[in-house]
Amino acid sequence: MPTRESPPSWPSDNPNGPIVNSFTKLENHPPEQDLALTANVKGRVNKQVNSVVVKFAGDSGDGMQLAGSLFTETTAIKGNAIATFPDFPSEIRAPQGTVAGVSGYQIHFGASGVHSPGDAPDVLVAMNPAALKANLQQLKPACTILCDKDSFAKRDWEKAGFDSNPLEGDLLADYQVVPAPITTLTKGAVAGLGLDNKAADRCKNAFTLGMVFWLFSEPLDQSIKFFRQKFKKTPEIGEANVLAIKAGYNYALTMEVIKATYTVLPASKAPGVYRNITGNQATAWGFLAAAAKVGKDLFLGSYPITPATDIMQELAKHKWAGAKVFQAEDEIAGITSAIGAAFAGNVAITTTSGPGMALKTEAIGLAVMAELPLVIVNVQRGGPSTGLPTKTEQSDLLQAIWGRNGESPLVVLSASTPSDCFDWAFEATRIAVEHMTPVVLLTESYIANGAEPWKVKTLEQMPEIQAGQLPPTDGSWKPYDRDCHSLARKWVPAGSPGLQHRIGGLEKDQFSGCVSHNPNNHEAMVAIRRDKVDRVADRLPDQKVKGKNASKLLVVGWGGQFGILFGAVSELQQEGYDIAITHFNYIHPLPKNTASIFARFQKILVCELNNGQLAKYLRATFPQFNFQQYNKVQGQPFKVSELKNAFVQQLQEA
Amino acid sequence: MEAIQTAALKPRDYASDQEVKWCPGCGDYAVHSAVQKAFADLALKKDQVAIISGIGCSSRFPYYMDTYGFHTIHGRAAAVATGVKLANPSLSVWVMTGDGDALAIGGNHFIHAQRRNIDMNMVLFNNEIYGLTKGQHSPTTAKGKVLKSSPLGTIENTFSVGELCLGAGGQFYARVPDTDVKLMAQVMTEAYRHKGFAMIEVLQNCVIFNDKTHAQITGKESRALNQLVLEHGKPMIFGANSEKGIRLNGLELEVITLGQGGMGINDVLVHDATNKSNILHTMLVQMRLPEFPVALGVIRRAQSSVFDQDFLAQSEAQKSNTPFKGLNDLFHSGNTFQIN
Ligand code: SF4
Repeated sequence: MPTRESPPSWPSDNPNGPIVNSFTKLENHPPEQDLALTANVKGRVNKQVNSVVVKFAGDSGDGMQLAGSLFTETTAIKGNAIATFPDFPSEIRAPQGTVAGVSGYQIHFGASGVHSPGDAPDVLVAMNPAALKANLQQLKPACTILCDKDSFAKRDWEKAGFDSNPLEGDLLADYQVVPAPITTLTKGAVAGLGLDNKAADRCKNAFTLGMVFWLFSEPLDQSIKFFRQKFKKTPEIGEANVLAIKAGYNYALTMEVIKATYTVLPASKAPGVYRNITGNQATAWGFLAAAAKVGKDLFLGSYPITPATDIMQELAKHKWAGAKVFQAEDEIAGITSAIGAAFAGNVAITTTSGPGMALKTEAIGLAVMAELPLVIVNVQRGGPSTGLPTKTEQSDLLQAIWGRNGESPLVVLSASTPSDCFDWAFEATRIAVEHMTPVVLLTESYIANGAEPWKVKTLEQMPEIQAGQLPPTDGSWKPYDRDCHSLARKWVPAGSPGLQHRIGGLEKDQFSGCVSHNPNNHEAMVAIRRDKVDRVADRLPDQKVKGKNASKLLVVGWGGQFGILFGAVSELQQEGYDIAITHFNYIHPLPKNTASIFARFQKILVCELNNGQLAKYLRATFPQFNFQQYNKVQGQPFKVSELKNAFVQQLQEA
Repeated sequence: MEAIQTAALKPRDYASDQEVKWCPGCGDYAVHSAVQKAFADLALKKDQVAIISGIGCSSRFPYYMDTYGFHTIHGRAAAVATGVKLANPSLSVWVMTGDGDALAIGGNHFIHAQRRNIDMNMVLFNNEIYGLTKGQHSPTTAKGKVLKSSPLGTIENTFSVGELCLGAGGQFYARVPDTDVKLMAQVMTEAYRHKGFAMIEVLQNCVIFNDKTHAQITGKESRALNQLVLEHGKPMIFGANSEKGIRLNGLELEVITLGQGGMGINDVLVHDATNKSNILHTMLVQMRLPEFPVALGVIRRAQSSVFDQDFLAQSEAQKSNTPFKGLNDLFHSGNTFQIN
């Protein structure tokens, strides 16, 4: 069986692995420069920048997610490094005009320094006062604010909680405010098409997008192509959007109030074919690739739940590729149907988020006991209970590792970035099949909905997955016979000729595979199941550290906060600090060299979006080390700036 | 049919080598015999059968059969079996369950399995009690019964398995007593042949915790008058000398005595198990002692769209329509861009 040289998501040492595109050749870039200013012909200033953060914000019905993703696509095609952060309320149409109903889409793009969606926008699109209010606390100095003047009537700003019209006082004096009558101009632009008021109004996002494209000298073709394609069946709507985006572009071109435009340098990415991909889409595709490598159909049993549903919806499109998607009657039927499918020889997965994970708990125990291959994806969100359905959090880690009755070990992995969800879905399947164990793959809302360019892989680039041979049919084989190295039992799908056998949730005799309540046998089986999972580590690549010579502070992270943590540490390293980072994707079992890494550092700081779950797990595993914590539980990802502050403080106290 | 083999096996060839551990006298033994007989009559290949169970006395069933078997968790057998069938549609899939397993903790999967009409068979051992946990009331326990969890008598209304099945869109429903191995085996054979979800309720006796709960139906003296064994296309007659019949009087069923009050065989309803409408089937299911005999045999066996067939058909249709030659094609489809 193949052993990976390096964990899939580590950027610096793994040229063939899932490179996080934004980090490619990071070391070769100079530190981020100050904005280079060049005056352009119209007397405006054109700023050349390494990277820039744009945020689209409006009512959840304003089409901000669409505007954001179209903008992302265009900048990606140009070759920029990108990180995105869609942030929306859990209600489909939250109360209009209120701060609670604001939907946002933040994009950080550029040549270098793109480790995260960015702490704060350089350009904010605010479609109404609520969108402005929601973002006011986190604007960069001199930020450009594009807003729809038409939606700043008294009623509107009162609803958003302003005491006066924010466009009129000196509240925004430090910013470049561009108040444009977007509603009026959009209606004017599409007037010739005879659309009703509502349909015309819906093109506001296209108009605004046109303005933003002009601001960054980006072409419109990609978006125009999109609108024509999307509204093939209602071409007048497609045309209206095309007219609106062009009108927005031209309006910005002629409008003197815009004082600066930007030129964003493209990133120097590894050559190849790229596409934008979200974490959920990459997860779905990773499973398709893995099932193809195993040579069996893929079975997904799932129940709709935010923010995991997109994985099911993506796979449902690909029945042609052997994906069997079963939308079950509940979370429990989602996983138990998958367990049945594993018993009958499909590559079986189930996808969910925290509350669904809780419901699946008993069935995961069955998969542990029956020793069947199964991948359980938990796209984490804020908890407990229903919690924050659309917000990101990392608070299901201990549930994944330990949250079952009995001694119930399984493998826990986590993905780091939107695109590397592909590789971790693949790796989770490999481990499940080769080691005959359930595997929990933890992603999180932040990377599941976030998008980034993915250097497209082919099946030929992926490692083989060995499902093993069927045993002989002479009666010598027993269902719980094991491979002497991995301790995995054989996968003998129901229907295999001459190999009928029985498995189940009751304890089995370690030799005959028959039901057994023998005390010593139970203890032996508990140990075998533990050792089987521990031995997964025998074939894992070493855990890596960035910061070879550092010895003072080790930053420890896991899961989808990778980009932000890595960015913060990289910046401090460039500033000369004695700091390093190690980021865990293999969580249970841990890579075998983990302790030797911890031993090198004076201080270890575990950073996660929870109250310290990885820290607790590490303390239990390595009581000899002292783990400090940096935690945030706000339903929001880390910010580079807050991390840098915290790290510097730790270094100063050291 | 792939699941059928040529070399004839005897019923006992289908039993595993495990010692059967139900209480002596338990009705489960008869079901075990009936299943073996049905499998032998159908000449099923042992390795093409998967028996899936949940938790309860009856759910130990898979261990006692030399087929593929999976003893899962409480209430979830139908959901596990759904995954088994979709993963390998050529398997003959049997769910063994009880009244607590299927109707209480597994009630959700029970109704959705009926609704979807996936091609598998469910044998529900209805002993109107929780046996394995030692005698608590189940959703089918007679109201008023004094048990350890209802020392003052249960105040719960009961589920009727048949009504629940038909109400949830079930297309095949049969009811059989554990005292009649021949009828059980016959009904199981029909269930196997039926395309879609086949529901068999076995009136099973728990000698330990609910002895004789079905005795009025199954008892030697009473059974001629208390059982109406239905056969498709045959008149609904019963009684020691076939002297009784069921007729439709207006919108109600009625018991008549042939040769009395001007009633003859022509007044008796003829059973049509295949009728798409389940109204009459529901009325038959609802017949209760003492006014009526209890309807047994295959009460409903209607054709409808079958979930696993449609599931496969969609995949096949998409395979012949897809623009993608393979996954590499998919990964490179849509908006890709080249960086040099
Ligand atoms: S407790 Fe009742 S149902 Fe269970 S095995 Fe004994 S007799 Fe049968």
